[in-house]
Amino acid sequence: MRAAHLCPRDEADLAELIAGRNAPVAIRGGGTRGGGVGAEVLETGALAGVRLHEPGALTLVAGAGTPLAEVEAVLAAAGQRLAFEPPDLGPLLGLRGASTIGGVVASNASGPRRVQAGACRDALIGARFVDGTGAVVKSGGRVMKNVTGLDLARLMAGARGRLGVLTEVAFKVLPVPEQVLTLRVEAADAGAAVAAMARALGTPCEVTGAAWRPGGPVWLRLEGLEVQLRHRAALLGRLLGAAPADEKAGGADLWARIRDGADFAGRPGDVWRLALKPSAAPGVLARAGAEDALLDCGGGLMWLLMAPGTDLRARLGPFEGHARRLRGGGADGIADAPTEAPALAALTAGLRARFDPRGLFNPAGG
Amino acid sequence: MDMPLPDAAVIARKDRIAARLAAVLPEDGLISDPVALAAYECDALTAYRCPPMLAVLPRTTAEVAAVMRICHEEGAPVVPRGAGTSLAGGSLPTADCVLVGLARMTAVLEIDTANRFIRVEAGRTNLAVSAAVEEAGFFYAPDPSSQLACAIGGNIAMNSGGAHCLKYGVTTNNLLGVTLVLADGTVVTLGGPEGEAAGIDLLSVVCGAEGQLGIVTEATLRILPKPEGARPVLIGFASNEVAGACVADIIKAGILPVAIEFMDRPCIRATEAFAHAGYPDCEALLIVEVEGSPAEIDAQLARISEIARTHSPVELRESRSEAESKKIWLGRKSAFGAMGYIADYMCLDGTIPVSSLPEVLRRIGELSQEYGLQVANVFHAGDGNMHPLILYDANKPGDLETCEAFGAAILRLCVEVGGCLTGEHGVGIEKRDLMGVQFAPADLEAQMRVKDVFDPGWRLNAAKVFPLEASRARRAA
Repeated sequence: MRAAHLCPRDEADLAELIAGRNAPVAIRGGGTRGGGVGAEVLETGALAGVRLHEPGALTLVAGAGTPLAEVEAVLAAAGQRLAFEPPDLGPLLGLRGASTIGGVVASNASGPRRVQAGACRDALIGARFVDGTGAVVKSGGRVMKNVTGLDLARLMAGARGRLGVLTEVAFKVLPVPEQVLTLRVEAADAGAAVAAMARALGTPCEVTGAAWRPGGPVWLRLEGLEVQLRHRAALLGRLLGAAPADEKAGGADLWARIRDGADFAGRPGDVWRLALKPSAAPGVLARAGAEDALLDCGGGLMWLLMAPGTDLRARLGPFEGHARRLRGGGADGIADAPTEAPALAALTAGLRARFDPRGLFNPAGG
Repeated sequence: MDMPLPDAAVIARKDRIAARLAAVLPEDGLISDPVALAAYECDALTAYRCPPMLAVLPRTTAEVAAVMRICHEEGAPVVPRGAGTSLAGGSLPTADCVLVGLARMTAVLEIDTANRFIRVEAGRTNLAVSAAVEEAGFFYAPDPSSQLACAIGGNIAMNSGGAHCLKYGVTTNNLLGVTLVLADGTVVTLGGPEGEAAGIDLLSVVCGAEGQLGIVTEATLRILPKPEGARPVLIGFASNEVAGACVADIIKAGILPVAIEFMDRPCIRATEAFAHAGYPDCEALLIVEVEGSPAEIDAQLARISEIARTHSPVELRESRSEAESKKIWLGRKSAFGAMGYIADYMCLDGTIPVSSLPEVLRRIGELSQEYGLQVANVFHAGDGNMHPLILYDANKPGDLETCEAFGAAILRLCVEVGGCLTGEHGVGIEKRDLMGVQFAPADLEAQMRVKDVFDPGWRLNAAKVFPLEASRARRAA
């Protein structure tokens, strides 16, 4: 079936294709993040390659179709990384493929370190894209401090391809710290867990991960020089009774599993992802009646495994945040994407009408 | 610098507009007296001045919305103003505009240390935001050098930075949400404590839009736990190239300082004569600051010094105390004052890839010869944000024009090496006519389309950011 896909050779080819296009396309990077059903697939795989990596300037520029793994390998060779720790949702969503850096940006995919280092959109310093008229547009650039003109690059981050097809993205990257240490804090319930995470995140310990799964301990991650980790672990020990996790439970795999929602992969049920005010998490969790849950980012990010077809939003009522269904759905009439307030929806519709006047991009994907 | 002709039809309706505005504002909320209006004729880009037709000083979001509705109905242009500290002319009025000043909206609305945010009215000054959370052990990270005076609303409009952005990012990385009043008076809320957009991230484009998409009246800002302490090391070098290489090596080594400041010889000499900070007389000087507990700071400074020593520094001075730290920062912090003591100066704000630093400094030196004006460089080296200060004499006919031409040549150079026109000050009117150097017509068209959505009548701060020729049809419509 792949031969039938649209596979533009480069940015100019893509621009020409879009300019002459009248039917919707489903933009596809690695096909690991879902979306784009019911339209001809537009593959970005040819728009690939790391185009610039300047370790001394902490910057990297890559074609949008570049596999995430390739970007990460190039950075790792210089002792650097994408600080926002992009998740690989393929296993969770039951999708095979290799995540691309463009897909990461289009969905603003960010992992546990978001709580300290910011999300994908925070690291994004520039982008090129082809809008729905076929125009090639650039915004930002390759320097990390840039306020020249409107920030269309960050507007594209998380827009899920609804304003254009990303062709190139640029990031501020960060050095990989010398050492990592995971601490555990016992927590009886969600209230105690969120309170402990808030206290840890309220210290100058630069906690780069704060997560909790019901029934387990709170996990806190510290990264830095040996002297920093020693000092901070002692401080959190005094404050919260935090103790170093054993090698097996608290290794790198723990944070990769939290990042990818791996504990829900392969299990039946709908998967929801909520962004919310951290202190609202215990109440939301109690109302959700979930089969399993994971709190990340101090409670500001919640993953829920729900019985199929549960209308989670109806069950929760209003809360300070929003919920997106990542897995499940189909014909149950529940929207996957969160609904926006009417005034915001009008602005979003206005942007879509101007950037994609013919409604070509991901018409179904919110 | 051209500005569009004022709209005579709007000015003819001045009395009626004033009466309508007075009806929705407290007694002292409308300013129409020409003498009082003169206070608003410029911001920190003082070379350009124009009093507004009227100015209003609302106290609430509802009052801002009422003002915007009236201006919408009357077709009156609106220029927002935070504290008026823009170096780019971001709040320069037009003769037909209603200037909306936020000076009376300074309240703290909510402090939530458990969720690490503060919600404030947009007229509150940057420093007063940090002050409000200091006792609780927190601070607001972006620290533009005007932080004592500048308003959060203006910081959001310009996406302001500061000396510590290498570690903490700029305004957009520390902004969680805003209340925004649109051109027609509609009030919308973007973002919030959850820190992530439900749909397309409109907050991202409002931040840095220079007041062209709406007026921000309230802001939810991320606050961070205050570090236990901070100390710098001062390192002098015999050449710019070596200093640049040292910056790259420090960054590559995996230590992320909070600030890496760079000064060149003209700047070192001027500040030393002015502030007597005890700086070495050398070609280039770095101030590198790190944070943490005393032991953490010692370890990081030791590592940085070790790297610096491989570049044969002519001076290396690690601060061991509060007093020594103050002395190291003294010269850098008085750099602008020292320049102002010598001559009038224009401060530029381009950003370059850090690797281009030696080449750019060399070519700025050549341009300085060519234009016959002196220039001193002070610069946030970690992120490539340069602040060349061009010295000129405002009383000498033609000197300002030569200075502006020299400045434009430097900014063109920044773009040529892969950088940009402005790293943290904004475009305003100052860099408006250079936008074509960095952006193709399609890029500007895409940006203007965003404005079309938020401000279809093009009445909000409309003669700025985009070259007048590019925006002419939209402004005339």
